[in-house]
Amino acid sequence: MTLTFALLAGLVLGGAFAAVTCRNRVHAGLFLAACLVGLALVFLRLGAEFLGFIQILVYVGAVAVLIVFAILLTRDAESPRDRLANAPASGILIALALFALLAWAISTGKFPAAPAETAAVAPALSVKALGDRLFREYVLPLQAVGLLLTAALIGAAVIALPAPKPDPLDDSDASGPAS
Amino acid sequence: MSPLHLHLLLAAALFAIGLAGALTRRHAILVLIGIELMLNAANLNLLAFWRYGPNPEPLNGPIFALFTIAIAAAEAAVGLALIIAIHRRYRTTRVEDIRRLRG
Amino acid sequence: MDLFPRHLWLIPALPLAAAGIGSLLGPSRRRLAGMLAVAAMALAALLSLAAFAGTVTRETAGEASVAVHNFGWFEAGSLLVSIGWILDPLSAAMLLMITTVGTLIFLFSIGYMADDERAHRFFTFLSFFAAAMLGLVMANSLLLLFVCWELVGLASYLLIGFWFTRPAAAAAARKAFLTTRIGDLGLLLGMLWLYAETGTLLFFDDGRGCLESDMLAGLAGRLTASGLGVSAAISLLILCGAIGKSGQVPLHVWLPDAMEGPTPVSALIHAATMVAAGVFLMARVYPLAALDGTADVLRVALTVLTWVGAITALSGALTAVAQYDIKRILAYSTVSQLGFMMMGIGAGGPAVGMMHLLTHAGFKALLFLGAGSVIHGCHHEQDIRQLGGLRTRMRLTFATYAVGMMALSGVPLFFSGFWSKDAIVHSLEGWPGGKLPFVIALGTAALTAFYMTRQMIYVFAGPARSPGAAAAHESPPVMTGPLVMLAVATIGLSAITTPFVPWLEHFLTSSLGKGDSPGHANWGVLLLSGTISLAGIALGGWVYRRVPGGRATDRDPLGIRFPRLFDVLERRFYVDELYAATVVRWTQLAGWLAASLDRWISSALHDAAALAASAGAWLTRTLDQGVINATFDDGCEAARDSGRILSRAHDGRAQQYLRILVVGVAVLLFLLWNLQGT
Repeated sequence: MTLTFALLAGLVLGGAFAAVTCRNRVHAGLFLAACLVGLALVFLRLGAEFLGFIQILVYVGAVAVLIVFAILLTRDAESPRDRLANAPASGILIALALFALLAWAISTGKFPAAPAETAAVAPALSVKALGDRLFREYVLPLQAVGLLLTAALIGAAVIALPAPKPDPLDDSDASGPAS
Repeated sequence: MSPLHLHLLLAAALFAIGLAGALTRRHAILVLIGIELMLNAANLNLLAFWRYGPNPEPLNGPIFALFTIAIAAAEAAVGLALIIAIHRRYRTTRVEDIRRLRG
Repeated sequence: MDLFPRHLWLIPALPLAAAGIGSLLGPSRRRLAGMLAVAAMALAALLSLAAFAGTVTRETAGEASVAVHNFGWFEAGSLLVSIGWILDPLSAAMLLMITTVGTLIFLFSIGYMADDERAHRFFTFLSFFAAAMLGLVMANSLLLLFVCWELVGLASYLLIGFWFTRPAAAAAARKAFLTTRIGDLGLLLGMLWLYAETGTLLFFDDGRGCLESDMLAGLAGRLTASGLGVSAAISLLILCGAIGKSGQVPLHVWLPDAMEGPTPVSALIHAATMVAAGVFLMARVYPLAALDGTADVLRVALTVLTWVGAITALSGALTAVAQYDIKRILAYSTVSQLGFMMMGIGAGGPAVGMMHLLTHAGFKALLFLGAGSVIHGCHHEQDIRQLGGLRTRMRLTFATYAVGMMALSGVPLFFSGFWSKDAIVHSLEGWPGGKLPFVIALGTAALTAFYMTRQMIYVFAGPARSPGAAAAHESPPVMTGPLVMLAVATIGLSAITTPFVPWLEHFLTSSLGKGDSPGHANWGVLLLSGTISLAGIALGGWVYRRVPGGRATDRDPLGIRFPRLFDVLERRFYVDELYAATVVRWTQLAGWLAASLDRWISSALHDAAALAASAGAWLTRTLDQGVINATFDDGCEAARDSGRILSRAHDGRAQQYLRILVVGVAVLLFLLWNLQGT
C-alpha cells in the first residue's frame, strides 16, 4: 500500500508544487492537470471508482482544459514569463503556518475508527446505488445544483461575450447596451 | 500512522500548496489554479474519511464529493469568464491591478 | 304661635322675594314694583304683629320670654357652625317697628319716586335692605347678625348712591361704606374673640349660648394682659361696630353726607332702622357688657359707651344748630339722638335705650318723610332759607311735622319722645360714673328743642321767601297718608312709655335684664326735662323771631351775633377736613408707598428674570457650541480619521483579503481545537 500511495502522493504534490511555481502559465495549467490525474488515481485506489472517473472527466477534461483555454485567451504582448509572485514570503509563511496547524491537528486528533472487520474492505459503491440515492434522498440538492450549473453556464456566456458594437448609422436608439 | 492519517496529511499538504499559490501568484488564472487545488484537497479529505471512518450512512462521502466537483466546475467557468471580461476591458490580468472595489 | 320662632324666617323672606321679583321688572313697571314691595312689607308686618302678640301672650302667662330655633348651617370636619332665630321681646319689638315703619315709608316712596326712571331698582334695593335688617334683628347668632349687618351696609351703599350720576352721591355712598367698615373691623375682632372664649356664637342655646348665664359665669373675672376684663374688651370691640353703624363720634361723618340719597332712604335707613342697628347690637350683647362688676362698680364698656354717647349727642346737636339744609339738620339730629340712646343703654340698661330707639324711629321717620314732602312740594328745594310760608300751603305736612318736632324736642305729656328721653335723663341722674353726662344730656335736650324750633320757623312760618316755596302744593295722599299714621303712632306710643304705665319698659326688661334703670318715676327729673324743652322752644322762637318776613339772603341771627362760633358749627367742627388731612392723606401715602415698592420690586424682579434668562441663554449657547458641538465635531473627526485609517485595509486587493482571512481562520481553529482539547 505504501509504495503506490507514496508514488501517487509524489505525483500529486509534485504536480501541485509545479503548478504554483511555474513561470510559464500554460505549463502551470498542464501541471495542474497532472496533479488532478494523480488525485483521480488516489480516488480509484480509495475505492471510489465512479468519483475517480468523474474527476478525470470533469476536472481534468473540463476545468483544466478551460483554464488552459483561458490562459491562452488572455495572453498579451507581454512575455509569457513574468515575475513569480507578490510578496511571496508572507504568503508562503501563512501557508506553512496553516499546514503546521493542520498537521498538528491531524496527528493529535482522535478520529473515530471503523470497526476492524470492515477497515480492510472498502464499502460498496455502486453507481446504481449512487443514482438511487441521488434521485431519492438528494433530489433537491440535485435540482439545485442543476439550476446552479444552468445559471453558471448562462452567466459565464453573458459575461464572456464581447459587447456588440453600436451601429454608426443608427441614430434612433441613443443608448446602446453598455460596453 | 494509519492510512487515514496519511491521506489527511496529503490533503493538508495539497491544501497548503494551493493556498500558497492563491496568496502569492500575480496572474489571476494562476490564483484560480491554487483555488482548484484547495478544493480538491477538500474532496480528498471527504473520500478519505468515507473510506476509513465509521460509516453509519454509506455513500455520503462520494455524494458530497460529487456535488463539490459540480459546483467547482461551475465556479471555475464563471471565474474564468470574469477574468476574460476583465482582460478585455482593462487589458490586464494582474490581480493587484484590479482594485476598483475598495473602501 | 306654633309658627314662631321656627318659621320666623318668613318675615325677612317676604321682602327678599319682593326684591328678587322686582329685580326682574323693567322701568315701565315701576308702579308695580312699588306695590309689590309695599305688599311684601305689609304682609311681613302682619306676621311680625302675630309674633309680637305671641310674645306678649307668653310674657303675661309668665313663660320664658325667649324662644329660639337653632339649626346647623355648615360643617367643616369637626366644626359645626349653627345659626338660628330668636323671638324675644327685643326682637319682636324691632320686627314690628321695622315692618310697620317700613311699610309706611315704602308707601311714601311710591309717590316720591314716581317720576324717577329707575324707581323699579329703588324698590328692589329697599326690599333687599328690609330683608337684611329683619334678618339682623331676629338673628340668634352673632355670625348671622354680622352677615346681615354687612348686607345692610351694602344696601345702604346702593341706596345712598342711588343717583350715582351725581358725584356727590357716589362719594357719599363710598364714604358711608368705608367709615362703617372701619367699625366693622372691631366688630369682627370682637366676634372672633368671643368665639374663641366661648366656643359658640349662638346667643341662646339651651344654656350653652354665649349670652346665657353659664357661659357668662365662665367669662366673669377673666382678665386680659392689660388688666382689662375679657368681657369688657370684647364688648369694646363690638362697640366699635356700633359706633360705625350708628354714627357715633368719631365715625359719624358719613351720616350727614348720606343725605344725598333719596329722602325715603334717609327716613328708613338713617333715621329708623340701620343706624338703630348699632344701638340694637349693644342692647343685644348687654349681658356681656354688663359683666364685670356690679351696679355699684363702674363697668368699663358701659362707661365708654355712655361717654361716647354723651360726646356724640352734644356735638350733633351743636352742629345741627348751624345747618341750612333741611335734611342735614335732621341728620345731625339723628346723630345726636343716637348718642342719647347709647347713653341710655350705658347708664340705664338696654330697655331704656331701646325705648327711645323705638319712639325715635317713629317720629324721626315722620320728620324725614315730612321733609321729603316739603322737598317734593317745593320742587326739590332743600335750603331752609329759600323756604317759608308752608304752613298755609302744605297744611297736613305742617301739622304732622309739628307733631314730630314736638316729640323730638321732648314736649311733655302727649309725645312719646318726652317720656323716652326722660327715662334716659333719669338714669343719667343716678349714674355712678359722674354727673357730667347728665348735664350734657340736659343741655342737648335744650339744643334739640332750639334747633327744631329754628327749623320750623324757617320752613313753615311767615311768607314764602322764594318762588319755589311760593308755588308749593300739598303732596298727594299716598305721601301724606303715612305722615298722618306716623303722627298718630308718635302720640299713641306715649301711652305705653310713661313711667306711670311702664308697660314697654317692663316688656323689654324681661329678656334683657333690668339694667340700672331706677324703674320708678322721679318727679324732679320729669319737671326738669319738661321745663328745659319748653325753654329751648321759647329761646328758639325769640332768637329767630325776625326770620319770617326776612329775605332768603339774610344771615342767620345767631351767625350775626357769634360769627366765629357759628362758622365752626356750620363747618361741623371741621371734622371732615381733619380726617382728610390725616387719615385720608396717610392712606393715600401708604398707597403711593405700596405702589412704588411694588413697581420697584416688580422692575427688580423683571430685571432679575431678564438677567437670568440671558445667563441661561449664554450658558445654553456655550454648552451647545463649546461642549456638544465640539465633542460631536471631534467625535466625527475621530470617526473620519479612524475610518480613513481602517479603510486602508480595504484597498481592493483581493489577495490581501485572502491572507488576512486565512490568518484569522487559522487563529480561530487553533483556539477552537485548543479549547476543546481535540
